[in-house]
Amino acid sequence: MSTAEQNRAAEGGRTPTGVARGLTQGATGTRGGIGESTLRPDGVLKVTGEFAYSSDLWHEDMLWGHTLRSTVAHARIVSIDTAEALATPGVYAVLTYDDLPTEVRHYGLEIRDTPVLAHGKVRHHGEPVALVAADHPETARRAAAKIRVVYEELPVVTDEASATAPGAVLVHEDRDDHHSGHVPHPNIVHRQPIVRGDADAAARRADVVVRGEYVFGMQDQAFLGPESGLAVPAEDGGVDLYVATQWLHSDLRQIAPVLGLPEKKVRMTLSGVGGAFGGREDLSMQIHGCLLALRTGKPVKIVYNRFESFFGHVHRHPAKLTYEHGATREGKLTHVRCRIVLDGGAYASSSPAVVGNAASLGVGPYVVDDVDIEALALYTNNPPCGAMRGFGAVQACFAYEAQMDKVAAELGMDPVEFRQRNAMEQGAVMPTGQVVDSPAPVAELLRRVKAMPLPPERQWETTEGADVRALPGGLSNTTHGEGVVRGIGYAVGIKNVGFSEGFDDYSTARVRIEAINGEAVATVHTAMAEVGQGGVTVHAQIARSELGVTQVTINPADTQVGSAGSTSASRQTYMTGGAVKNTCEAVREKVLAIGRRKFGTYHPAWATAELLLEDGHVVTDGGEKLAPIAEVLEDEAVDLELEFRHRPTQPFDLRTGQGNGHVQYSFAAHRAVVEVDTELGLVKVVELACAQDVGKALNPLSVAGQIQGGSTQGLGVAVMEEIVVDPVTAKVRNPSFTDYLIPTILDTPSMPLDILELADEHAPYGLRGIGEAPTLSSTPAVLAAIRQATGLELNRTPVRPEHLTGS
Amino acid sequence: MEFLRPATWQEAVAAKAEHPSAVPIAGGTDVMVEINFDHRRPEHLLDLGRIPELSEFDTDSGSGTVRLGASVPYSRIMEHLRTQAPGLALASHTVASPQIRNRGGVGGNLGTASPAGDAHPALLAGGAEVEAVSVRGTRLIPIDDFYVGVKRNALAPDELIRAVRLKTATGPQQFSKVGTRNAMVIAVCAFGIALHPEVRQVRTGIGSAAPTPIRARAAEEFLAAALEEAGLWESRAALPPAVARQFATLVSGAANPIDDVRGTASYRRHALGVMARRTLDWTWREYRGAERTESCA
Ligand SMILES: Cc1cc2nc3c(=O)[nH]c(=O)nc-3n(C[C@H](O)[C@H](O)[C@H](O)COP(=O)(O)OP(=O)(O)OC[C@H]3O[C@@H](n4cnc5c(N)ncnc54)[C@H](O)[C@@H]3O)c2cc1C
Repeated sequence: MSTAEQNRAAEGGRTPTGVARGLTQGATGTRGGIGESTLRPDGVLKVTGEFAYSSDLWHEDMLWGHTLRSTVAHARIVSIDTAEALATPGVYAVLTYDDLPTEVRHYGLEIRDTPVLAHGKVRHHGEPVALVAADHPETARRAAAKIRVVYEELPVVTDEASATAPGAVLVHEDRDDHHSGHVPHPNIVHRQPIVRGDADAAARRADVVVRGEYVFGMQDQAFLGPESGLAVPAEDGGVDLYVATQWLHSDLRQIAPVLGLPEKKVRMTLSGVGGAFGGREDLSMQIHGCLLALRTGKPVKIVYNRFESFFGHVHRHPAKLTYEHGATREGKLTHVRCRIVLDGGAYASSSPAVVGNAASLGVGPYVVDDVDIEALALYTNNPPCGAMRGFGAVQACFAYEAQMDKVAAELGMDPVEFRQRNAMEQGAVMPTGQVVDSPAPVAELLRRVKAMPLPPERQWETTEGADVRALPGGLSNTTHGEGVVRGIGYAVGIKNVGFSEGFDDYSTARVRIEAINGEAVATVHTAMAEVGQGGVTVHAQIARSELGVTQVTINPADTQVGSAGSTSASRQTYMTGGAVKNTCEAVREKVLAIGRRKFGTYHPAWATAELLLEDGHVVTDGGEKLAPIAEVLEDEAVDLELEFRHRPTQPFDLRTGQGNGHVQYSFAAHRAVVEVDTELGLVKVVELACAQDVGKALNPLSVAGQIQGGSTQGLGVAVMEEIVVDPVTAKVRNPSFTDYLIPTILDTPSMPLDILELADEHAPYGLRGIGEAPTLSSTPAVLAAIRQATGLELNRTPVRPEHLTGS
Repeated sequence: MEFLRPATWQEAVAAKAEHPSAVPIAGGTDVMVEINFDHRRPEHLLDLGRIPELSEFDTDSGSGTVRLGASVPYSRIMEHLRTQAPGLALASHTVASPQIRNRGGVGGNLGTASPAGDAHPALLAGGAEVEAVSVRGTRLIPIDDFYVGVKRNALAPDELIRAVRLKTATGPQQFSKVGTRNAMVIAVCAFGIALHPEVRQVRTGIGSAAPTPIRARAAEEFLAAALEEAGLWESRAALPPAVARQFATLVSGAANPIDDVRGTASYRRHALGVMARRTLDWTWREYRGAERTESCA
């Protein structure tokens, strides 16, 4: 489809609220099936600025909502006076906790511990306290500023020592969640030990033992489209909610009871999502917008600005990690002991699952028979932390890969070779006892990434002098080569794919095939949140491959179809892609049944051959065309909605951590080449090469995009990205893109890729979820390279200039 | 909020006299951020966008001066004033992103007078003068007197900046800025240096390392004396390393930085020393004609 056609298709199909009604994708010249790099239907719209994001939603007569947030981290709310705000002309409603319509006043992904609006207490800086709806966003904002909240500040707990000290204030006083019974302290959300073999005995066999303590800073998802949505009250007393989210049905489950509505009266439609990375798994404006809409009887839009967005979603857990690795002279790991303390902040969010990941993946992609692991997440008064790309595996990878380099150095061994000697392969046993039953080409990925040619030395030199853009500091003109030292580092990681620990993880797809103007066309309807990952592209490819059609319409994601599960955990191509494939197969069988009924007597192949749908026809496996699909269907349509599940998993034993907890594993390796201005402590990542096994690349271009994006996000937390929280007040010090820095294109190096496709026989098409693995190893690879350039230990990420200059 | 849109410079100056609290808006890259974040709610915005002469610059080779209209965007300074005002051109290059450089200019940087503004070290090193105009007349404020406090400048409430005047460069100039990413970053600290061989002076400017942009006067005086004493202005001989080291130490010492989210005070001092040493080296080499050190960005 041409650009103009694409625009027209999207424009013509736009609802009054800016939600595209359906993205119709054709395919010209090629089949547009799986394995091809078909282009994304939203791509042109996004780069030309025409794509409607949730912040562009608009409705006639709508009001604007605004959230008043706490200015302190931990306090008793003495009083809230809304009178002056309510009296402001243009204000339609002001809501506090006392205005909530039902007894269900909390929500949460795993534990319902988060108040819809603060009740009696605020537990972190930026917690929602009150809501305002007004006829103009400025009016709402100013009215909110007139709400008088009297706080009586309470002491804050901000780390493990303060949270578990005798007499420490409890962040949640009366816990009765399903983890509260087994945690050693009420300020610990969840704790997961994993014990396998005998680490003490194994330690005695070790020739070298290396210990380290590591600190991982708080990273933000920094998606570019801030939280936003539009709630429209409906005539039946329900509400229509248009919102940018990651999992519509999970939102729905949390929203409806607070509103006192049955789920079917809360109709949700996905609006244009400007990135997610885990930060939209938790609710933001959803309940607030609906409450205001139902209260005022008018459509209400809420859009956070960038400042508020830093308070509007959870962040990546900062962590303190303590590791001990032992190895024999021959370079075989004897044992690993580790303790991973994650700061979950004031509310649980997905902390328990993050703990499970950090623990079960805490040793990395290595064979170690004797391990003693403990991971836990704290409740503190810091900002709540939850899902972010890599989900617990990122923090662990940063630490265990630093350890692997340290052990190799201690043994005088090449760090890549040392990793390869301990690399897991198919058939290896995880610390949880789970057997890795699909390809695990860890040593091979390392070999490939190491074999790539290195960028030339002194690559900044040109005939005209130094090109500062190629040097640390870039255009800031800090060096013309002085003090610059190159370093090279390697890392590899392991990430689980899909929801783990016994969760009933499924996805639903509805597929319809019908003949329109003599051509068979397909419609795919799922509730999958397209957050930029390219799911809508892949679904059309799958439908084309399975149904032999060219034109596929992807309906907007909404709650009129069954749950697709979350767009997270690298799971959507596997799960909703799998669901689309699964439903297409069932649809195909129905089409063939119709064909047999109508034409079976004309040709024996209808009864005897294996039949496929290809190029708009029913064909035999020998390639003989039996009939056009459109003629088979005539005016009959086949329309099915089916659920798809991956293999079941098990919870981890609470004491030993044993259990087949994960569905699939995903592996990537990086080589980072950095240039460090050792005098100024500035870093230029010159190249970040990655080798990854993707099982099967359904769309090679999207795969490359995911790997490069994930690598860049890992680079960000290696050298710049950190939310700085004041240790005394627990307040966020840099909630803006002025001081929360993310990589620009000048910070983003060339990223050569080597993509391996070793099929996992348990997964649809043999594919592997790929979105997260590259985020893991990129950070430790960059750190390793900086360590090599500087000779410094660098136990903390992100690295700041003063860490490199010692000043 | 009222939006005043004078069509001529005279009208603008009159409007400012009538509404001294009016906030001028040039590129808007500072003003709009403040308004969007509700940090500022001026009663009047005074749009300077329709006044063409503010976006013009003259270079007069006779008098050896550059008169830079207050609203000339950074992108044009980078392009057209690399020879006449090399320090400011280099500084302009380090500001933000292409989009911001197409809108923002030196008048706005001076209006905001943030210690982190990138033009300031270059203006201090270049010895600029600010042309301040009101209905009462025009005065030239030496740049050394312009920055009077944190984000405060010497403009009277009824004054507007018409232009910045700089002597056309007679010697090499450099600018260097530390930020924690390779583009689009607010300075952790910055340093500008300009050699003025015709008067045998060296001038410097330090950014983001004191409540206001400042000069490192002791360092300047030390260097000028050292150059004089050894006859280096004439001989163009290599700079003794001890001189460069002492210069760097004095620049470091001139700073009065704080710890904040962008960096520590001690790092800032350290980095200023490194930048001082390197930029002195680049300018002196260029002065000697020994080699080309200009960046080719
Ligand atoms: C994303 C982003 C990145 C940035 N990065 C940098 C950076 O790297 N380095 C840097 O130094 N700055 C940076 N800035 C700040 C800003 O771009 C600069 O300060 C710029 O020079 C401001 O110029 P302007 O024309 O946009 O000023 P405006 O915003 O229009 O005005 C700024 C101030 O000057 C006053 N003013 C403007 N013109 C006049 C006049 N003629 N007379 C009197 N007062 C006047 C205004 O009233 C206001 O107080 C950045 C800003 C943004 C938004």
